[in-house]
Amino acid sequence: MLSLENISKSIHETLSASLNGTLVLLIEMTIAGVLVISLFAVLGLVLVFMERKVSAYMQIRLGPNRVGYKGFAQTAADTLKLLIKEGLTPDGADKFLFNLAPLLVIIVAMLIMAPIAFTKGFQLWDINIGVLYVSAVSSVGVIGILMAGWASNNKYSLLGAMRSGAQIVSYELSAGLSVITIVILVGSLSINDIIESQRNGWWIFKGHIPVLISFVIFVIAVTAETNRAPFDLAEAESELTAGFHTEYSGMRFALFFLAEYVNIFIVCAIGATLFFGGWMPFHIGSWEAFNHVMDFIPGIVWFFGKVFALIFLIMWFRWTFPRLRIDQLLNLEWKYLLPIAMFNLLLTTVMAITGFYIK
Amino acid sequence: MFIVDYIKTVYNASASLLKGMRMTGYYFFNHKEIITQQYPDVKQELPERFRGEVVMMHDEKNEHRCTGCTACELACPNATIKIVTKMELQPDGKKKKALDNFVYHLELCTMCNLCIVACPTDAIKMAQTFEHSVFDRNQLTKKLNATGSKLMEGVE
Repeated sequence: MLSLENISKSIHETLSASLNGTLVLLIEMTIAGVLVISLFAVLGLVLVFMERKVSAYMQIRLGPNRVGYKGFAQTAADTLKLLIKEGLTPDGADKFLFNLAPLLVIIVAMLIMAPIAFTKGFQLWDINIGVLYVSAVSSVGVIGILMAGWASNNKYSLLGAMRSGAQIVSYELSAGLSVITIVILVGSLSINDIIESQRNGWWIFKGHIPVLISFVIFVIAVTAETNRAPFDLAEAESELTAGFHTEYSGMRFALFFLAEYVNIFIVCAIGATLFFGGWMPFHIGSWEAFNHVMDFIPGIVWFFGKVFALIFLIMWFRWTFPRLRIDQLLNLEWKYLLPIAMFNLLLTTVMAITGFYIK
Repeated sequence: MFIVDYIKTVYNASASLLKGMRMTGYYFFNHKEIITQQYPDVKQELPERFRGEVVMMHDEKNEHRCTGCTACELACPNATIKIVTKMELQPDGKKKKALDNFVYHLELCTMCNLCIVACPTDAIKMAQTFEHSVFDRNQLTKKLNATGSKLMEGVE
């Protein structure tokens, strides 16, 4: 049967038959890198177009509909425009850090891609601490933002970067706590174990109320972590022009822009993996026939379907809610999300010990 | 009770946020509310009294109703209209003032409609055209009476 697992396996076998181990590893790493970069490019094009269309329909507009069929080539045209623009480095900027920051942000986004399972047996790096790795590496992204804000030699950039730092550090806590809820129920940090544990139903259904609460907290926290409205204080067009990327232009700006959308994809992929079973088809307990019918839809379709549904949810937030003030933002985190997340963690622990969830 | 207030705050906040999401969700799935107009492809029917530019009406015999009385020129608040007249020889040998050139500076016009109100013979009116952009400003200075046109019979 043709599946991504078999394709990757056969490539590995063909290479190992004629080459030695190191060379095979190098070639496979190159292939993986090319795949990740092309996935990034496609994601950037698709998600920007999706965002523009979603925002347009939610604001009773039409959105891009002139370039290409129904406007599908709009983002490609925009990218082409960004490619031929001049990449300016402002006077008085810290040149090294200024040029390093966009690369750092995009590299962090690439690193988080490693443990995500796209479909059965199709994963870059199957480590036993996948969830911990993701939450650890995703925090490094804020260093890129702070670097960009500091190196730009611009007050708006610095303010935006500082706000972003405060925001990401705060919301990391409740995102982590809501992830731990699932880890308690599964008893493993490995992405594959988490997906395998949802073979008889997704956690959002099996874990009922506590998991539902932690899902809501997770969605709010990751919306804040990816610096999107209603938490886009770091960019805040009306107050800070564009925040940390005010001074960036051309391809460096495009990298920041791309990193934002790739980060949305990644956090939604993590959310889909934890709460909706990643590539696992929709299974109900012991209904063998129903589960078998669901298995006919390939895992990659399930995975991308869930991820894009979550991305749509986050876009829905962006185009509905007004932006919070910085004090409201920190209030929400420290007075509401964090206490609720902690209480919820306790509830989940009790539930896991007493076995009061659908097994 | 503090805890009751706390839970109430959370509940009210979620309820109001969901209300907002219901609104935008409705707009997302119901496209009949879209107010965007596909301008160059689909042109909107303009209101009857839309003021685009001043034009002079000519009938099929290339005759207009302008006597060259300069009432519109006097009524214009910012010297948009300049009327050049000539003395025309009538069949009975008398000389009579007639319109030679109705100069209209579109670049100065504010579409105030005072010239149309002032005209005693209803020779000019406001047209519905609005796509006036040109590459050279000189093209905005227009001659409203058609070449070779003359005064309609019976208009005094």
